[in-house]
Amino acid sequence: MTPDLILFSILALIAIAAALGMLFSRNAVYSALYLILNFATVAVFYLLLGAPFIAMAQVTVYAGAIMVLFLFVIMLLGAEQLSRTRTLGWQQPLAIVLALTLVVEAAYIIFTRAGALPNVEAAVSGYGSPQAIGELLFNQYLLPFEVTSILLLAAMIGAIVLTKEDKNKE
Amino acid sequence: MVPVSYYIALSAVLFSIGALGVLIRRNAIVIFMSVELMLNAANLLFVAFARTYAALNGQVFVFFVMTVAAAEVAVGLALIVAVFRSKHSIDIDEISSLKG
Repeated sequence: MTPDLILFSILALIAIAAALGMLFSRNAVYSALYLILNFATVAVFYLLLGAPFIAMAQVTVYAGAIMVLFLFVIMLLGAEQLSRTRTLGWQQPLAIVLALTLVVEAAYIIFTRAGALPNVEAAVSGYGSPQAIGELLFNQYLLPFEVTSILLLAAMIGAIVLTKEDKNKE
Repeated sequence: MVPVSYYIALSAVLFSIGALGVLIRRNAIVIFMSVELMLNAANLLFVAFARTYAALNGQVFVFFVMTVAAAEVAVGLALIVAVFRSKHSIDIDEISSLKG
């Protein structure tokens, strides 16, 4: 086993364990914290794959901003735990069977067609640097980048409108 | 280097865990977090393939996916807060007013 493969295996185990921890935590706060761990591991994967800019964006945007928003809403609503009422008893086993089917299908396709896929190349110098990403973003992808600002503005206005108190209701 | 098929396998497992989370959890916020996990699995694959073909376009796509995810979370959490205000619960089994 090469050091790369050992590192990959350890990180993959942490990522999958954190994802499962998020899935099976009874408390939503623990779910959020497990998800932050998962995002941090994925950020390390990005570093391994030569994407330092994306890794930093992952830590600041996902693990930072988005998950803080999640934790904030969980604590604001006091929705850490739900009462145990079950209305659809057959749904949970069926979901597990379907998810396992999805994994088996994916594994079958990946490991029977793997010969068609090239190996990961060694890094070219300067690959994935903020400079290279910026040049691509502001030349080839300038229009999508500008559209992004409108999307974020729309989301911001939408969030404000949706959470606004209805004054006419009283 | 690690073969790209390992990254695909990891991404597929993470995506399936996310899909399972959407199906079995009833807490709307945890369902939202599972959706984020699925987006993240797709992002990992984008970066792995960008590296495989030594093209940066995949990383730019991840940047856009992150933006869309941020927008989605802002609107989605606002919706959850609005639902909580009217129903006093975020259990998705109880949000069944449209059921015929």
